Amino acid sequence: MSYVTGVGLTAFGRHEGASSLDLMSRAAELAIADAGLKRVDIDGILCGYSTVAPHIMLATVFAEHFGIRPAYAHAVQVGGATGLAMTMLAHHLVDAGVIRHVLVVGGENRLTGQSRDASILALAQVGHPDYEVPLGPTIPAYYGLVASRYMHEYGVTEQDLAEFAVLMRRHALGHPGAQFHEAISVADVMASKPVAQPLKLLDCCPVSDGGAAFVVSREPTGATAVRVRGCAQAHTHQHVTAAPALSELGAEIAIARARAAAGVAISDVRYAAVYDSFTITLAMLLEDLGLAGRGEAAERVRAGHFNGDGAMPLNTHGGLLSYGHCGVGGAMAHLVETHLQMTGRAGNRQVRDASMALLHGDGGVLSSHVSLFLERVR
Amino acid sequence: MSGNRTAPTGWTVGEEAIVYQGCAACGHVQYFHRSFCAACGAPDPGERRASGEGIVYATSLVCRAATPEARAHVPYNIVLVDLPEGFRMMAHGDNDLAIGDKVTVRFVRFAGRLVPHFARTPPS
Repeated sequence: MSYVTGVGLTAFGRHEGASSLDLMSRAAELAIADAGLKRVDIDGILCGYSTVAPHIMLATVFAEHFGIRPAYAHAVQVGGATGLAMTMLAHHLVDAGVIRHVLVVGGENRLTGQSRDASILALAQVGHPDYEVPLGPTIPAYYGLVASRYMHEYGVTEQDLAEFAVLMRRHALGHPGAQFHEAISVADVMASKPVAQPLKLLDCCPVSDGGAAFVVSREPTGATAVRVRGCAQAHTHQHVTAAPALSELGAEIAIARARAAAGVAISDVRYAAVYDSFTITLAMLLEDLGLAGRGEAAERVRAGHFNGDGAMPLNTHGGLLSYGHCGVGGAMAHLVETHLQMTGRAGNRQVRDASMALLHGDGGVLSSHVSLFLERVR
Repeated sequence: MSGNRTAPTGWTVGEEAIVYQGCAACGHVQYFHRSFCAACGAPDPGERRASGEGIVYATSLVCRAATPEARAHVPYNIVLVDLPEGFRMMAHGDNDLAIGDKVTVRFVRFAGRLVPHFARTPPS
């Protein structure tokens, strides 16, 4: 058994002068305090990576900086799936009795710490160095390729994709920490500059500074208890050139394994936190996970299904698309928000019932997947 | 795996050809060069040249590039093409290509490199 006992999240956007370690530290401080713990209680650290300040031993660099001497520590790298992959590992480490309180932390000054070109270039390196990168693709282009095929096979339109950007922005308006605070419309998304067709600027998440952290513990530390009910991964490829058919992607495999591990059905889920690096990512994952029928996710957005007061509230903080994306911490914000919702602390964004949540992360180009169920047990 | 007897050939090393590998043991075809078959592990898959014909699987017209060299070419179309030899590859293509188009390769310069570029196959 393992419990998410505390969460911490900084605002996303510009944090002038803050390093990756600073942002990690701020989030970690918040999460440890939220769990009602002290630094000395933390005996394990899992951290992500920083493209701005790469290091071969980031977890120990952070532990020293933050002032912890853990019994267990290392970094984890699974691209956008890193946050949930760390959560899964933390769950198993705690469940196996290796450690008691794991600090899971990610943070990066990705926006102010490097030029936008440097950021785009660094991320494009997930492509194959010989067979893809020389062609000048970008991350939006990798996802643009997937989008073109998905739209072709399932009749999804650019207007459909735009709905997801509008939804995430609407949700972000309720969170003071979000990077964007201006409402947008489908027409705004359609009129935004083309980046890698069919994806336009507002179909893409921004580059942000920020940090997120949580504590995973063997026992609850407070009045509420949110436990990891079950989780699983799937890895089908790294490069989009080597990706399987759309019907055989890893999200479907991961969710099937996670459902089996958790003994949970999709119909049990009350809140969804789904990776949304691009509008197409969110549309595809919702359908792969079974949260919408094939080609029907946009219609569900239009019908209010994923609103805070809808049947399946989704990324109520605004997701990567509008809360922001600071690298590893970006998708960790989804878990932080989920925890706030599950424990009734989401304020003006509070949903009616978040007793069972499904979280899903995606790394690479739909390459690596982690599905995870959280359940409130008290 | 005895491996590593062959160095990669084809457009990735500046030659006007699309080269792939076929395994003599299990018949698996792979595009990314390795010294072994990724399906069965047998060493030294044989090297073959593709015809250069294919069908467009996906497209994305890049309008925002990441490097000054690539920016000089904007917009350029990144395509995934399925080749009849049994593998998929990434390449450049004419800007008006659509999914399902029958295409033929030629080789062009892009950001200082030789890259494969597909255009619609003229009706025969």
